[in-house]
Amino acid sequence: MTSDAVIAARDLGLTFQTNDGPVHALKDVNLQIARGDFVSFIGPSGCGKTTFLRVVAGLEEPTAGQITVNGMSPDEARRARAYGYVFQAAGLFPWRTIAGNVKLPLEIMGFTRAEQEKRVKKVLQLVDLEGFERKFPWQLSGGMQQRASIARALAFDADILLMDEPFGALDEIVRDHLNEQLLKLWARTGKTIAFVTHSIPEAVYLSTKIVVMSPRPGRIHDVIESPLPRERPLDIRDTPEFLEVAHRVREGLRAGHAYEG
Amino acid sequence: MKSILPILTVVAAIIVLWYGAAVWLNSKWVYDQAARAGVEVSFSEVVKQTMNQERPKLPAPHQVAAELWKTTVEKKITSKRSLIFHSWITLSATLLGFAIGTGLGILLAVGIVHNRAMDMSVMPWAIASQTIPIIAIAPMIIVVLNSVGIQGLLPKAIISAYLSFFPVVVGMVKGLRSPGMMELDQMKTWNASPAQTFWKLRLPASMPYLFASLKVGIAASLVGAIVGELPTGAIRGLGARLLSGSYYGQTVQIWAALLAAAILAAGLVGIVGLIQRITLRRMGMAQ
Repeated sequence: MTSDAVIAARDLGLTFQTNDGPVHALKDVNLQIARGDFVSFIGPSGCGKTTFLRVVAGLEEPTAGQITVNGMSPDEARRARAYGYVFQAAGLFPWRTIAGNVKLPLEIMGFTRAEQEKRVKKVLQLVDLEGFERKFPWQLSGGMQQRASIARALAFDADILLMDEPFGALDEIVRDHLNEQLLKLWARTGKTIAFVTHSIPEAVYLSTKIVVMSPRPGRIHDVIESPLPRERPLDIRDTPEFLEVAHRVREGLRAGHAYEG
Repeated sequence: MKSILPILTVVAAIIVLWYGAAVWLNSKWVYDQAARAGVEVSFSEVVKQTMNQERPKLPAPHQVAAELWKTTVEKKITSKRSLIFHSWITLSATLLGFAIGTGLGILLAVGIVHNRAMDMSVMPWAIASQTIPIIAIAPMIIVVLNSVGIQGLLPKAIISAYLSFFPVVVGMVKGLRSPGMMELDQMKTWNASPAQTFWKLRLPASMPYLFASLKVGIAASLVGAIVGELPTGAIRGLGARLLSGSYYGQTVQIWAALLAAAILAAGLVGIVGLIQRITLRRMGMAQ
C-alpha cells in the first residue's frame, strides 16, 4: 500500500447469505485510489460496484480481505466523517428548504449557526444554486435537486466524495451539463471522487481511472488509467483518444460477460 | 360555491327522507288514538298530527331544530337545560381524553419503533384492547377509579383516551417507519445519533400520518366521553342528556343531544383538519 492511497482494498470479498444460498457480491477485489483521483466504477447490474461503494462508506461489512479509508477502517472513517455520499435519488427532505437540506448534516455534526450559514452559501454557489435557498425541493427540477444533494455532500468538507449513479435518473442533456459542472467542481476542490455509473461515455469523460467490473461473483475485470488530460471540454468526446478509451471499456464489459454463458 | 351545492343536495335529501320516516313511524300512534276515540281521520290529518307529537317515535326535523334552538340560544349557558352547558362538560372530557390518548399513542409508537421487545408485545395488546366493547369496560373503569377516590372529569377522559390512543399508535408507527432505507443510510453516513435520526428524520416524516390519525382519534374521543357518561347516571353532559331523554321517553331531547354531538364532532375534526393544513403548509408538505 502506498502512503498516498486514500482508499486501499486488498483481497476484499463480501458474501451475502440468502435463502437461495450465498451470493458473492464482491470477490478478491484489489484496488488503490490515490488522493485527487476521479475513479469510475462501471459494469452491469450485480457486478458489485454499488456494494463496493457501500463497503467504502461503512454501510456494509466485508466478509473477507481488508480495506482502509484514509488509513482507517471504513467504520472509523464514517465516524470521522471522511466522506460525503451522494445517492442515486437526491433524497432531499420535503419538509426542509434547499438551504435547510444542505444544513442538515452540519446541524447533525454540531457546526455553529454562523458557520452553517457560511458553508451553505459557499456550497450552493459551488453547484450554481444561489437564489434557491428558500425553495422547497418539489419546486426544483430533478437536475437541480441532485445538485442540491451534491452541495449537501460537500458542505462538511470531507476529502472523499462517493457518488452512486447520481445522474442515472436524469436525461442526457441535463446529465452532460452536470458532468461538466462536476469536473469543474472536482478541479476546484481537489477531492477524491469514487463514481458509480452505467454509462460508458460518462465514465470515460469524467475519470482519471476507470474500474470495469463483471458480475457473479462481483469482481474487477480491468482497471484503465485514462490518458486524457485533466482539463476536459465536452467535445473531447469526439477525439480519437476518447474513443479509444471508450472502446477498451466496452471490450472489457463484453469480455466480463462472455465467460458467463 | 361548487362544493356547497352537492352538500346542500344531500342535506335536503336527508331531510325529505327524515320527514317521510317521521310520518310513517308516528302515524301508528295517531291511528291508535283515533280508533280509541272512535273517529275516522283523513290522511292529511294524520300527516299533520305526526309533525307535532310530544313523544314521537321519530321527531320531525323542525321539532329537533326547535329543541336545539330552545336549549342553546334561549337558555343561559349556566342553565342545567342548556345544551351548550352539557356540550362543554362532554367537550372538556373529550379534550382531556384526546390529549392523554394522543400522548400515550405517540409514546407507544416511539417505543414500538425503537424497541424490538415492544414491537413484538405491545401491538397485539393494543389490538385486543379495541376488540372489547367500550360499553362493557366503561362501567368498570368508573367503578375502579371511584373506589380510589377519582371522580368527575378524569374517569370519562380515561375512557375517551382508551378509544383514541389506538388510531394514533397505528398511524404513528407507520409514519415513524415511513423513511426508506436510503434516508436512513444517509443519516448513517453523517454519523447521526439515534436521537438525531428521530428528531430530524422520523418525526417530521410522520406528520402527515399523525394528522390522519388525529382526525379519527378526536372523533373516537368524543364517543368515549359520551359513553363514559352513560353508566354513571351522570346528570351533566351530552351522555346524560341522552340517558335522561331515554328514561322519560323524551325522543326530541335525545335527537337534539345526538345532533349536538354530531355538530361537535364535525367541528372538532374540522379544527384538526385546519391545524393539519397550516402545519403541513408551513413544513412545505401541503398537498
